[in-house]
Amino acid sequence: MNSSDMKSVVGKPLNRVDGHAKVTGAARYSAEFPVAKLVHGVTIQSTIASGKIAQIDTRAAERVPGVLLVMTHLNAPKVSGEAGGDRKLPLLQDNQVRYSGQHIGVVVADTFEHAMQAAALVNIRYDEEQPALHLKEHLDQAYVPQGKIPRDQPPDSAHGSVEQGLATAAVKVEQTYTTPIENHNPMEPHATTAVWQGDRLLLYDATQGVFGAKKKVAAVLGMPPENVRIMSYFVGGGFGCKGSTWAHVVLTAMAARQVNRPVKLVLGRMQMFGPVGFRPETMQQVSLGATREGNLTALRHAGTSITSTFDEFIEPVAKTARMIYACPHIETSHRLVRLNVGTPTYMRAPGEASGSFALESAMDELAYALKIDPIELRLRNYAEFDPDKKLPWSSKSLRECYQQGAARFGWQKRNPTPRSMRDGNTLIGWGMATATYPTNRSPASAIAQIKADGTAVVRSGSQDIGTGTYTVMTQIAADALGLPAEQIQFELGDTNLPETPVSGGSQTAASVGSAVHLAGTEARSKLLQLALMDQASPLYGATAEDVIAQNGRFLLKNKAANAETYGAILSRHGLKTIEARADAKPGEEKDKYSMHSFGAQFVEVRVNPDSGEVRVSRWVGAFGVGRLLNAKTANSQLIGGIVYGIGMALMEHTVMDPNRGRVVNADLAEYHVPVNADVPSIDVIFVDEQDPHVNPIGVKGIGEIGITGSAAAIANAVYHATGQRVRDLPLTLDKLL
Amino acid sequence: MQPFSYHQVEQADTAIASARLDQSMYLAGGTSLIDLMKLNVQTPQQLVDINALPLAQVEQQGNGVRIGAMARNSDVAYSAMIRERYPVLSEALLSGASPQLRNMATVGGNLLQRTRCYYFRDTAFPCNKRVPGSGCPAIEGYNRIHAILGGSDRCIATHPSDMAVAMMALDAVVQTRGPQGTRSISIADFHLLPGNTPEQETVLEPGELIVAVDLPASPFAARSHYLKVRDRASYAFAMASVAAALELQNGVVRSARIALGGVGTKPWRAYDAEKALINQPLNQNTLQAAAKAAVQGAKPQKYNGFKVELTKRTVMRALATVGGMA
Repeated sequence: MNSSDMKSVVGKPLNRVDGHAKVTGAARYSAEFPVAKLVHGVTIQSTIASGKIAQIDTRAAERVPGVLLVMTHLNAPKVSGEAGGDRKLPLLQDNQVRYSGQHIGVVVADTFEHAMQAAALVNIRYDEEQPALHLKEHLDQAYVPQGKIPRDQPPDSAHGSVEQGLATAAVKVEQTYTTPIENHNPMEPHATTAVWQGDRLLLYDATQGVFGAKKKVAAVLGMPPENVRIMSYFVGGGFGCKGSTWAHVVLTAMAARQVNRPVKLVLGRMQMFGPVGFRPETMQQVSLGATREGNLTALRHAGTSITSTFDEFIEPVAKTARMIYACPHIETSHRLVRLNVGTPTYMRAPGEASGSFALESAMDELAYALKIDPIELRLRNYAEFDPDKKLPWSSKSLRECYQQGAARFGWQKRNPTPRSMRDGNTLIGWGMATATYPTNRSPASAIAQIKADGTAVVRSGSQDIGTGTYTVMTQIAADALGLPAEQIQFELGDTNLPETPVSGGSQTAASVGSAVHLAGTEARSKLLQLALMDQASPLYGATAEDVIAQNGRFLLKNKAANAETYGAILSRHGLKTIEARADAKPGEEKDKYSMHSFGAQFVEVRVNPDSGEVRVSRWVGAFGVGRLLNAKTANSQLIGGIVYGIGMALMEHTVMDPNRGRVVNADLAEYHVPVNADVPSIDVIFVDEQDPHVNPIGVKGIGEIGITGSAAAIANAVYHATGQRVRDLPLTLDKLL
Repeated sequence: MQPFSYHQVEQADTAIASARLDQSMYLAGGTSLIDLMKLNVQTPQQLVDINALPLAQVEQQGNGVRIGAMARNSDVAYSAMIRERYPVLSEALLSGASPQLRNMATVGGNLLQRTRCYYFRDTAFPCNKRVPGSGCPAIEGYNRIHAILGGSDRCIATHPSDMAVAMMALDAVVQTRGPQGTRSISIADFHLLPGNTPEQETVLEPGELIVAVDLPASPFAARSHYLKVRDRASYAFAMASVAAALELQNGVVRSARIALGGVGTKPWRAYDAEKALINQPLNQNTLQAAAKAAVQGAKPQKYNGFKVELTKRTVMRALATVGGMA
């Protein structure tokens, strides 16, 4: 018995199973749970970047009608923001101001309006200190990170000697590339509703990781983890900023305990810029050496990024350089500079997105220096195995991605000379870049339960951050259980359900999907065993291999008349349900293979030579990402990643006032992300790829690869259009005048 | 947001009478005011809601057009009369904001919209416009979006309107009613330079209500165009914009109007650029002369030096389009 025996639901462009609930407003987000006696919290934030709170006068705020609490460092309960790993959280434990926008108080009132009114009336006097605000001014203080980069790798790596490789190179490219602070800006802001039930705490929280939130909150508040429950049924986008548990979550719980009422706290859009992470500013040096024929002799990628004064986050910009091209001499490094900013965090393809801008721009520069087509240059340095781990790929379709993407785009018609392609006065440029993202997987559990009415419930903690988890898990469960998708109810977003990892690193499909697949398969198997051993069953005496599962029935392969429904088997055995639990985790495959998705981005830009305005007019992306769970949501995921890349390339830029370190463009009018008019039709090609090694369901994860290579492809196209090489994002019009 | 009282009125007289109280403001579309109230940048004690006033018509007035102060930006932009006779105004309106905002925003409110200067909009910063005498952090700060024309050592904030720039090119006249009676104010005189009093943005007296904007008939209005350069394709304020209108006779410029947006502390009329074109044929040389004159006296800041060149190029392109050269 196996799933290929039946018509597969996996892969179908199934509409989102939660789509109706979302468009009708029935889907409840974390700020939308009706809780009795609910009151409203608003945080007060620091307005200086460094110093101490000398005096905080809350009297006027406390006189506002309906105000229940003004919690500051003077009256907050003692907790440890460093407990429990994850981020270090400033939680009103001292008068220290570490960055502008740090939460330094919480006002709780009967209405949101009263809380907002009161928060504005809190009068604070500071003893200001000179803040550190500029990466370039503090490069001499760059240090080797204490922590590791993802997958437990050291911050530096070296194979061979880049100096030696550069010495033998016929052609060299040595350039510095810079990327700014960027903020995630999901449509749904962070939101927490805290409800105390005796010594137990229930949090409705907009999070990408309910179990991480549970552990962090319990540790900080000194509670047994089993007394904390996190629920998060729907999340309106995360992109990384909801991957960690930030200060406001714990502060909401602290405030709720103080006022002895449930408290809801929703961050305003301005408050999304600082206290909940951001993609840090980076400065990246790339050195490439190559022979005349275009074979790389040296590759060095050295990245410096900013972190906060009180915590460490490494933007792993040089991680990709370790594995993407074959080269005898590869060195990478990561350094950090501490500034008076909030702590940065994961943002869609952290490291890969910002790092690929530098590396893939440098590859384009090298292609021009060598007069070799940029695809050809990449093919000449195609890595047939992982040059860092010295392991074979579990699968790799990058060659096919280049070929199919180039063919669809019409790359062979490109005249490589800059400024050679025009439409009237408009300059046209074509650029490309390689995309890649690792295939991650973490332990995850699921329970599948088949019911006597022929339906099934499948449960797994997890989260759906808008990616389609509800939908694709329903599809996996349908195939595993031999049931139509509409007969399956998939439940997630609750720490009372089986444990799963954070929805980050593009790993939910691989991790949770494997668990759902195994739990569903096991539940079906248990049910089948009942039938095979039951003389009353028409399947009695057959072996599992003889049986097909289809639409909630088992039938014999070569005698379809011998069949019975799941319900009939359960009823005859007096069972209401039969269930199985799977605890899935990665195995030895990670020691035997290097596992990555790959892709190729092709873009056309149109540049107005008078104004410097760049608009993207055409996009083809080809990707090898293993098995597709849902053709429709997968396409949307890739498009979403590419749109994020258009924003990164052309507009996203969180600007701090150079003197005071406050973010000055903290709203969606001034912090630009692409609007519809900025986004052309995006053509996504999925290269057929079967990977038997990565995980039981053969998926590689698709949430992040779409952004990788995007910014470089655009910058490369802009160079082709204008002859101007911009190495500093975003690529705004002033840089092209 | 701080508490306020709210009154709806149906007659202009009642509105003016109600608004004479201290700390009172008229509420029209609310797209700017409500936003700024949420930021505690504006804290009126009373809002007088004038949405019910019968001032939303766009109609023929003599040889020109009268636009009621409460006409929504969308309605003006799509009015056939405006599109045919004053295309620059329709184009300017449609280049601003988003459809949702244009459906709410009114003509009177648009003239009075406040600057997008970051420092004005964040009460954690000093700002001479918001708190007179407190200082201007934009001058030493991040001033990429700020003005290169009309600034003072107290303020370099731009006026954000597209509509008002087009009206500058059309010699519009603002009609008001107030406690002292009615007034007609030329659009060129309506907004004030910041000088030492950046908190005073217009010549309106307390309680004075804009009731209409008149567009006179002119020999140049029909041959007009609005060109806006911005950081994304839609829903972005101008880095530089140009409203241009020309009267041509046998290829020679008889009259010209050039107004600039995104670069001035008020909607900016480039008189010298216009003069450079009068009685001249349109060609590369005359366009360049006009462009150069348009930025005469520009004072760029640390982060907005590019606006000088951008403005010149935008002036040339807008004129070339209007003149049929592009």
